[in-house]
Amino acid sequence: MSPASLTTSASSAININPRKRSPSTSRTAAKLAQFFSTSPKAAGALSAAVQEQNSSRLSPSTLSLPTISLSTATADTISETSSKTTMLFSPPSAEQSRKLARQHAQFAPLSHPTHRYVSQHPKGVPVSDPVEDDPPYYYLLTTYISYLILIVFGHVRDFFGKIFREKNYKHLKEQNGYAPLNSDFDNFYVRRLKVRINDCFARPITGVPGRYITLLDRKSDDHNVSFKFTGTQTESLNMSSYNYLGFAQSEGPCADAVEETLRKYGSSSAGARSDAGSLDLHVDVEKLIANFVGKPASMIFSMGYATNATAFSAFVSKGCLVISDELNHASIRYGVRLSGAVISMFKHNDMKDLERLLREQIAAGQPRSHRPWKKILVVVEGLYSMEGTMCNLPELIALKKKYKFNLFVDEAHSIGALGPRGRGVCDYFGIDPSEVDILMGTLTKSFGANGGYIAAEKHIIEKLRSTHAGNVFGEAIAPGSLAQISVALRLISGDIVPGQGEERLQRLAFNSRYLRLGLKRLGFIIYGQDDSPIIPLLLYNPAKMPAFSHEMLKRKIAVVIVGYPATPLVTSRARFCVSAAHNKEDLDRLLEACDEIGDILQLKFSSGIAGGAYPLPSGVTQEMYEEMQKRDRKALIPPRWPLAEVIKRGVHDTQLPLR
Amino acid sequence: MDLADTMKAVNHTFQDVSYQFKRLPGSSILLRYIKNSYQNDPIRSIVELCLLLFAVRYLLAPRYSTKQKPVDLTEREIDELVEEWTPEPLVSPLTELEALEEERRPIITGPTGPKVKLLNSGRTVTNMASMNYYNLINNDLVKERAVQILRNYGVGACGPPNFYGTQDVHMDTEKEIARFLGVPAVIVYAQSFSTISSVIPAFSKRGDIIVADRACNFAIQRGIQISRSIIRWYNHNDMEDLERVLAQVQREQKRKPLTRRFIVTEGLFETTGTISDLPKLVELKLKYKYRLILDETHSFGILGRTGRGLTEHQNVDPSNVEMLVGSLAHTLCAGGGFCAGSNEVVEHQRISSGSYVFSAALPAMLSVAAAECLKLIEGNPDLLLTLRDYTKTMRSQLERSEHIIVTSAPENPRILFTVKGYEHDERVMAEVVDEALTAGVLISRAKKVADSSKEWQYGPEVVMVTPSVGHTKKDLEAAGSVIRKAVGKVMSRRK
Ligand SMILES: Cc1ncc(COP(=O)(O)O)c(C=O)c1O
Repeated sequence: MSPASLTTSASSAININPRKRSPSTSRTAAKLAQFFSTSPKAAGALSAAVQEQNSSRLSPSTLSLPTISLSTATADTISETSSKTTMLFSPPSAEQSRKLARQHAQFAPLSHPTHRYVSQHPKGVPVSDPVEDDPPYYYLLTTYISYLILIVFGHVRDFFGKIFREKNYKHLKEQNGYAPLNSDFDNFYVRRLKVRINDCFARPITGVPGRYITLLDRKSDDHNVSFKFTGTQTESLNMSSYNYLGFAQSEGPCADAVEETLRKYGSSSAGARSDAGSLDLHVDVEKLIANFVGKPASMIFSMGYATNATAFSAFVSKGCLVISDELNHASIRYGVRLSGAVISMFKHNDMKDLERLLREQIAAGQPRSHRPWKKILVVVEGLYSMEGTMCNLPELIALKKKYKFNLFVDEAHSIGALGPRGRGVCDYFGIDPSEVDILMGTLTKSFGANGGYIAAEKHIIEKLRSTHAGNVFGEAIAPGSLAQISVALRLISGDIVPGQGEERLQRLAFNSRYLRLGLKRLGFIIYGQDDSPIIPLLLYNPAKMPAFSHEMLKRKIAVVIVGYPATPLVTSRARFCVSAAHNKEDLDRLLEACDEIGDILQLKFSSGIAGGAYPLPSGVTQEMYEEMQKRDRKALIPPRWPLAEVIKRGVHDTQLPLR
Repeated sequence: MDLADTMKAVNHTFQDVSYQFKRLPGSSILLRYIKNSYQNDPIRSIVELCLLLFAVRYLLAPRYSTKQKPVDLTEREIDELVEEWTPEPLVSPLTELEALEEERRPIITGPTGPKVKLLNSGRTVTNMASMNYYNLINNDLVKERAVQILRNYGVGACGPPNFYGTQDVHMDTEKEIARFLGVPAVIVYAQSFSTISSVIPAFSKRGDIIVADRACNFAIQRGIQISRSIIRWYNHNDMEDLERVLAQVQREQKRKPLTRRFIVTEGLFETTGTISDLPKLVELKLKYKYRLILDETHSFGILGRTGRGLTEHQNVDPSNVEMLVGSLAHTLCAGGGFCAGSNEVVEHQRISSGSYVFSAALPAMLSVAAAECLKLIEGNPDLLLTLRDYTKTMRSQLERSEHIIVTSAPENPRILFTVKGYEHDERVMAEVVDEALTAGVLISRAKKVADSSKEWQYGPEVVMVTPSVGHTKKDLEAAGSVIRKAVGKVMSRRK
């Protein structure tokens, strides 16, 4: 990626935002297209805030142009180009550059109008399960061996530690009549395995978790047991926040509305919804959400986790059956366990297994008494946050019609992130939301606020007001968050600043596909559906988790790595969360980093069954190719594209069905 | 083949087998064992052999399964059963009371405060149903700080604390609360309600023992339920009963391995408004070697000379409370909850407490607003004095009615009362609330939620009245009179 191409591609961007922009800023090359300009009022507040920061330690990084850059192009070259180009025009004031740099650190300018895609399941095509690639046995074997070594080593260290350094193990032993808070056994994993990667975990940040994220640097003198802040900060590319639509912004229409609301309403409504904590804002946002997801009514809560944790008791009880996907979120498991219903699980996304279970359970009835079940509730997630897979909604609806169960879909990650209009899995698959009984979702992710909602028929919501404990005892969601949600929802549906919401949705869809395709072509094993913005890159070996994270951090990219117990033992992974706030250059930077790190850590071991294939020879159609493959398994060539080729063809191929 | 051949073959095989057997590692030990155990007593060997066979059979037998076996039905039959099965509706219809309350549900238009405007009627009423005790909602300083944080951090943290969701402002708020309480460490959660439900199961696991007050609030009950620990209840605030339970558990557990033991209770009880006897609790917990989990959701910022809660109020060093859970959403009028304790207690929660690990971090602006409100309370002791004075006034106003029994402690500004003779009639409470609202005072009924465990149906039905320093004495007197009349009216209808 050369600075020149950055400039040209960026300057051809189309401004779709009808709101006012000052001409001088629009011509500034480095700032190029300023999409989400703020109102003058906000600008005033902003400058005050910025001034104030000079004396405080709040985000000092905003005082300079972004220090983020491709490993080839540095921040300096960007500012160089900008000064060259702007010579003809009035140079931007330091103030303006700062402001723009700040905006772009939260939300990147779109570098080319073609970098968009509509997130939608092709009509009439049956939903196929994403293919899961397996690494060569060699890698699985070494992974197991690594764990074995880590565990044996840990036990050896414990053995000697307990003899020679008794003090360090005191907290695991009985002490004057108190059992230890941590049992030795439970704590083994934390003590011997997690500590090794502690520095890749819970990295503290400051400022907005937007396109870039500002990490507070820290170091450890005692092998990751404790950390000291060095006082410096690193602005990194943010591939880890659930900021799907890029609404994590401290300026723009959302933040303006939040500021106004904060000034008018204060920070809270001081109570539970069912006491006197309901404001007009709550009711308005409930209506907006209901409209948005396509249900007659909805109810909102101050936390997504708690929304699930106490929801199921309101629907099911003893004598009912809950059938839950095995990979459902902790909050769902918690809620279902509280409800007192019988719980069964089916294999992740396996509709055959679900049907088998349904038949078996309906035939058998309740345990012991064999009375028929009172209700059966099937619980799935729209988009799974560790796998990047979507639920097979069309098939679920078909099963629902046949077996008459109730369906609960948790759209925590899918709302806003999927569908041509961002309305979640129903929208994505073109299914009428009335087919699903309960649509639950969180407001923490795509909308950049906090809280959760449940949308359903009116009579269900009315009942929930007295049976959902989160509504009766939980504090109401704060007015500031409501303003954020309200404006975000109206932006997405195009009621305010028409075009901006659509741009966000389409950029997210493009970015998701572009990155997924690119990574597959480079030869990585990637899980999940093509349109999903959650992109897990499989690492397998436990030692590669911290190595990958460190290498990424060296290149100023913040990624999440997850391993056991959040995933099965062998399938440790790095997880990228794509955002509309990224642009192609950001993703290319990530691809380049992955390419380099993939070579260093030997991560490119896909077999090619999951996609990333080389282009078809001329004259060969996709059908012919598939035919050929069926006949001859060896036709499968593991994809190992060179980076330049991946970037060159990426934009074009993203628009086609991925292969 | 004649006999000799056969014999030869058999012999051969036998030799072969015994040779192979000897080559097996450990075979000589086995042989020696058999020889030793034979001891010229064939019966003994037969018994041993039987035992061995039994053991083998036992090991090979299919596991006894707790799951029910699928009934052997043909596909056709299953189809018929599926056809026949009709589920109950997902939710039952509204009860009469629920329908009434749904219709009368108060919705405030504009900000909340000592006086609020209602959306439905457009009327302005006196608000005595919010937790806005110190009227911090309308504090300009707090608002200004919140806006400033918004302009630097945006709204949401967009991720759980362990995945880049921890912002410096969260750490600052944690430090601030820890300093205020005088404890080593604090962890901030994104919601107050679910904090304790998550803290309890983070520490108390299967096989551990929880001894809890029968009146504990809904969130505590859920935390206990999910922990799968052994649970023993003691009568509400009855320290003798607690000691009896502790002694009994001690007897029962004598021979068993030591497990973690917890006493769980509240500072100011949510359902009854009563106050705990912390010195006695601490004495007992030390005597019987329990850890104390104390829910100070309603007492943090309220009790004590400077608002540090029950520990300050009753002169107990907070280090005696292993897990002190409090709220940033109630008295502090911001959002979120916290748990204070030792470093070990806090760090353990950061990796194993469900609603911390699996939920997005608290929005930065709420975290900062909470810290700011804490400083305000600390810096203005007058606020606390006024609130105490108001609480006294309000209580005496209510107690002037012969029908009203105030159940909450005198120190509690969340005044709870029930109606004499109708202690378990939620309908009466709902009517009182409705009558009061008609006369211009917004109060609220403490609702209960039915749940799967039968344990929890404690205490009388109560109405909640909360004064705020934003009210005037006149407001309180007027409100007192309105509530008394409302109760009188409802009672006269029953006669
Ligand atoms: C499927 C699912 N449900 C619920 C939640 C909880 O949401 P919140 O972070 O708003 O508490 C999450 C968050 O990770 C989730 O992935």
